Amino acid sequence: MLNRREAISRLLADRGDMLVVAGLGQSCFDCFAAGDDPRNFYLWGAMGGAVPAGLGIALAQPERRVLVVTGDGDALMSAGAFATVGAEAPENLAICILDNERYGETGGQVTHTARGADLAAMAAAGGVGKARTVRTEAELADAIGALRSGAGPLVAVVKVAPESEPGALPPQDGPHLKRRFRTAALGVEDK
Amino acid sequence: MDNWRDGIFEAIKAAGVTQVAYVPDAGHSRLIERSIEDNDLRAVSLTTEEEGVALLAGAWLGGAKGVLLLQSSGVGNCVNMLSLARTCAFPLVMLVTMRGEWGEFNSWQKPMGATTRAHLELCGATCYRCDRPEDVRETVESAFRFAYFTNSIAAVLLGQRLIGAKVFEEPAPC
Ligand SMILES: Cc1ncc(C[n+]2csc(CCOP(=O)(O)OP(=O)(O)O)c2C)c(N)n1
Ligand SMILES: [Mg+2]
Repeated sequence: MLNRREAISRLLADRGDMLVVAGLGQSCFDCFAAGDDPRNFYLWGAMGGAVPAGLGIALAQPERRVLVVTGDGDALMSAGAFATVGAEAPENLAICILDNERYGETGGQVTHTARGADLAAMAAAGGVGKARTVRTEAELADAIGALRSGAGPLVAVVKVAPESEPGALPPQDGPHLKRRFRTAALGVEDK
Repeated sequence: MDNWRDGIFEAIKAAGVTQVAYVPDAGHSRLIERSIEDNDLRAVSLTTEEEGVALLAGAWLGGAKGVLLLQSSGVGNCVNMLSLARTCAFPLVMLVTMRGEWGEFNSWQKPMGATTRAHLELCGATCYRCDRPEDVRETVESAFRFAYFTNSIAAVLLGQRLIGAKVFEEPAPC
């Protein structure tokens, strides 16, 4: 089974000027563990918010690559957002869902992806035609290329092992995260 | 006196908005149509209003201003996501068409209509209410100033009396 932390550290290595939204729970920790960067926006809550937040950035910055990294639980909560992404069809938006088939952060209760729900199929049905499920090393290598630079919108649902990784806690202060992101991404200094 | 609707549109343009996120309400239909027609605006149809709260946080991270159009029932769909705007001090303007009040015929609109303002205030939003057409434009303008200068949530409640209660052909049941 693929290891989430390894997958994200490979995805975020040589990230170029990619802007990243990390969904609540372990996705945040994985992105932080890969190396903190002011162009990472970590959601410590707002469950269901990662995909629409990524969409908002992608529409505002059509020339920049925007990557959402989030969990299956978060993605299931915002399942309708696949249809919004499909309708808006931003070419610069890539979504990586770390599907451990669990609500990892709350004790590992199984999500619907352990019981038949297929997030890639849901994304495709919502209009995000480039949606795939990744299970093997070879598929991961290919998906990393697509997530970094393939024409979007695209979704890669990476099936990862259910075991939790060691804690790696990013900064939590919201205004700080917002300001440093805008400074790094846009060059603005908010007062 | 229906040109308050155009007044909202002009206020949105003057504020520099580029993303108009909405779940439709009849009271917003003209604004939605004008937003779709305007090449400088991205009108984003949402599947649920909370998506719009997160979308517009992203818009601001990407340097763009936005507005969220919703009806009072949609405020209930936003509650937890508003913690994103509040915790991170994202500027957010919500234009809320009220239901469940003046001349309402649909009792299912009453619970949210009666508590919209309280919900918003509990979520940290500052609310402005409009019942007269002549107040609308400057209220929307001041909501934008408030939200974007003070990094906070401003909601404009557009009263049902202003919008005009929805009228149905069927006689109401006794
Ligand atoms: C609205 C809301 N409901 C429930 C929770 C509790 N909660 C926090 S993290 C989480 C699980 C997230 O699962 P997933 O997105 O799959 O992340 P992972 O398995 O990677 O931890 C839940 C249910 C919450 N924070 N917000
Ligand atoms: Mg999970």
